[in-house]
Amino acid sequence: MDSEEEYMSPISTDDDEIMQDDSGDELSGPDDFDEDDFDEPDPDFGLSAKDMDKKKTAAHAVSFKVLEPSDIRRQQDDMMNDVNLILDLTKEDAAIMLRYFRWNKERLLEDYMDRPEKVLEAAGLNSSSSSQPKLQAVPGFVCDICCEDEEGLQTFAMKCGHRYCVNCYRQYLTQKIQDEGESARIQCPSDGCGRILDSRSLDLLVTPELTDRYNELLNRTYVEDKDTFKWCPAPDCPNAIECGVKKKDLDKIVPTVECLCGNRFCFGCANPDHQPAPCDLVKRWLKKCADDSETANWISAHTKECPKCSSTIEKNGGCNHMTCRKCKYEFCWMCMGLWSEHGTSWYNCNRYEEKSGAEARDAQTRSRTSLERYLHYYNRYANHEQSAKLDKDIAQKTEKKMVQLQTTSGMSWIEVQYLNSASQALQTCRQTLKWTYAFAFYLAKTNLTEIFEDNQKDLEMAVENLSEMFEKPINELSDPKLKVDIMDKTSYCNKRRIILLEDTAENLAKAKWTFNADLMNGSTLLLNKH
Amino acid sequence: MSTKRITKEFAEVSQTPPEGFIVSLPPNDSVHTWHITLQPPPATTFYPGRFGILLTLPTDYPFKPPVVKFVTRLYHPNVTNDSLGNVCLGILKAENWKPSTKIASVLEAIRNLLIEPQPDDPLEERIADEYRNDRATWEQKAKAQVTKYALEDPVFPATAN
Repeated sequence: MDSEEEYMSPISTDDDEIMQDDSGDELSGPDDFDEDDFDEPDPDFGLSAKDMDKKKTAAHAVSFKVLEPSDIRRQQDDMMNDVNLILDLTKEDAAIMLRYFRWNKERLLEDYMDRPEKVLEAAGLNSSSSSQPKLQAVPGFVCDICCEDEEGLQTFAMKCGHRYCVNCYRQYLTQKIQDEGESARIQCPSDGCGRILDSRSLDLLVTPELTDRYNELLNRTYVEDKDTFKWCPAPDCPNAIECGVKKKDLDKIVPTVECLCGNRFCFGCANPDHQPAPCDLVKRWLKKCADDSETANWISAHTKECPKCSSTIEKNGGCNHMTCRKCKYEFCWMCMGLWSEHGTSWYNCNRYEEKSGAEARDAQTRSRTSLERYLHYYNRYANHEQSAKLDKDIAQKTEKKMVQLQTTSGMSWIEVQYLNSASQALQTCRQTLKWTYAFAFYLAKTNLTEIFEDNQKDLEMAVENLSEMFEKPINELSDPKLKVDIMDKTSYCNKRRIILLEDTAENLAKAKWTFNADLMNGSTLLLNKH
Repeated sequence: MSTKRITKEFAEVSQTPPEGFIVSLPPNDSVHTWHITLQPPPATTFYPGRFGILLTLPTDYPFKPPVVKFVTRLYHPNVTNDSLGNVCLGILKAENWKPSTKIASVLEAIRNLLIEPQPDDPLEERIADEYRNDRATWEQKAKAQVTKYALEDPVFPATAN
């Protein structure tokens, strides 16, 4: 493990120079990220220099670090110790201060040196004294919360002196911790008192099971307070990821990370791996696919409403003389006018030529074209999603195949790992391919899109080939020639995927993609249009 | 559970109510529902209206804040202009509420809200805009609703809990 000291140096919240891309330099675009970062006190890139040499050169990759619960605790402890040593505060007080400063140690030290009393008060630590917290029975005491006044009532007060009976204190804390999920910023129960409960007082007041929950919540705030940390979104995974990519750079980079649990996800939006599409496109795409806007599109392209009872009607042939099944209203499909007023122009509605009719027709055509375009991309997107699921089923069978192969062909465990690699390559490549279609949906046609589509086609062909080989029955799989083929194809797939991702990532970083303005309408989106 | 506290608070508030308030308990009901009538001070927009306020104390009061609803309609940025009469009041939010906060302070806060609306924290966006940008019109409409709804004794709903 690296020196914690260097590693933990907090990142000032307003450093904005990071990730600035120098797009004047054609070839070293991706490297610019790292060069800029070297001047920053950013821990990730310090790490990347040592551990991630390989990834550093890739435009589509970001450096990151997985933190297990013990790492998270250790980091907090180390920081508390530092502050404890430098500022001569107790560890509890140091913890409260750090939480107040959202774990920005530098800012804490600086502000504290300037105006210690003010900072202490702001963090809820005013009127400091070093006495241990304890329960007390105070003669003549009346609890201000429950109004109990019996003799010998156990009471508690923090250094602020607001004293309440221990039952009320316990109930208050239970509600804050259990119901409201509060931890780092629970204040004294007194109206208007900002003093924050320290963990030593808490130890005294609450039952062990609540202390566990409290500590868990505290641990959580450490990760949630820092912009560079995020929980792994996999169910029940206790790990966090540290990554230096800033929110405002998400239009230039797709920060994909992989947790120790194997979950690959986007650090920017916590969705599953969606390279090469940037977060904002993903959000739009998922929304588009999720809400029934496309169903509505279909309905508007194929149906009309009865002018009288508003039933939705699909015309599947026949003439323009419509009779609503429901209310028996007779009208013209073209002009939606009452049929009886149509005069002599039966079956040839001349009101069709009117402006309103023409506009309606245009709207219908537009709707239909846009629908077809969407469906083109959606079907391919959904197909890869579906295939990835099927490949996953196959992958589960692969495990068995690998065992079988070992027994039937006498191959060793290491010799059958190629099936595992193939299966993983299929999964990852399909995930990428899936998102290339969402990406392409929003892409406006330029010279670059041709290269992109070529890359997409190459990867798709490679993946389909591999998928086919992969499904072969067990007796064919043991054929050494097929084994070599699968291994070649696997590495070819991976290579094609990297090529595609590099191309998209580099152009994204340089803001060279042009996105379809129509589809991005009403957006606050930061994607650059050139 | 906290009957002692509630009884004590009710005794205090009903004997020496904050200025402009009349507090009573509905007949045949627990101490958890209070009927409150507020008349804002003269020379303020909502004078001489008399506003009915239903204050409900949750079972875990004072660890949870009381629930406050206007039963009299009023044209105010921070009160829903409907039959629900929900109020937006900082002191009543879970994150601000402290178990040592007294109902008397809640009542003070309500009175202050009628004297001085908080358009930056609105429940009725439209009324807040009007309050900010066209005070005269707002004042006129608020007065009109006072005349329409708030001159009679407030009618409290029959409590079901």
